[in-house]
Amino acid sequence: MGRSLKKGPCVDEKLLKKVKRLKDIGKREPIKTWARRSTIPPDFVGCTFNVHNGKTFIPVYITENMVGHKLGEFSPTRIFRRHGAHTERSLDKT
Amino acid sequence: MARIVGVEIPNEKRVEIALTYIHGIGRSLSNKILKASNVDPDRRVKDLKDEDISKIGSVIQKTCRIEGDLRREVTANIKRLTDISSYRGVRHRKNLPVRGQRTHTNARTRKGPRKTVGIVRSKEKRKEFRTGERGRKK
Repeated sequence: MGRSLKKGPCVDEKLLKKVKRLKDIGKREPIKTWARRSTIPPDFVGCTFNVHNGKTFIPVYITENMVGHKLGEFSPTRIFRRHGAHTERSLDKT
Repeated sequence: MARIVGVEIPNEKRVEIALTYIHGIGRSLSNKILKASNVDPDRRVKDLKDEDISKIGSVIQKTCRIEGDLRREVTANIKRLTDISSYRGVRHRKNLPVRGQRTHTNARTRKGPRKTVGIVRSKEKRKEFRTGERGRKK
């Protein structure tokens, strides 16, 4: 279900402030953030965010297509290696 | 047999049903179209006059996206998601369910027929597996 229009998009305000400040002084460094739930407003286009995935920070460069999505959508929290890797390793030891 | 919007050739069914043979038109949209073009949904397609058919065609072309256009739009939407590599796009890429369904079991529609990928328990068998005798013996 979509979010109520009355509330408007959920944009992390501190993050927005920081982006604006950095744009004013023309700095272009990645912004470290934990705000995965924040929607991407048009102001974010061209910035790079290091989005936390629970363990590390994943660099996400924002393009125009990404507007309207959430930051967390670009920083996967699960990594699938392959099936049976643990068991095989423990078998190799024995 | 009648032609509506290009190549669609619905048969001797009621108009309401016949229109649903067009990709992108279901029962409710078909009813809306018939209402807008003042055609009784219970009439058979073969009983329709040419002017009715052309009217239905013009209404469809004005109001909705169908067939090739619709298919193109859908693939374009999916392509956008995969290009920006959002979570949903990644799921599309891997042919797994996109909307948060479980994949521990089920999800066969997306995953296709079952393939066993489990580990090979005994040491000899594993050697065979590595040297490329995969699938020769069971």
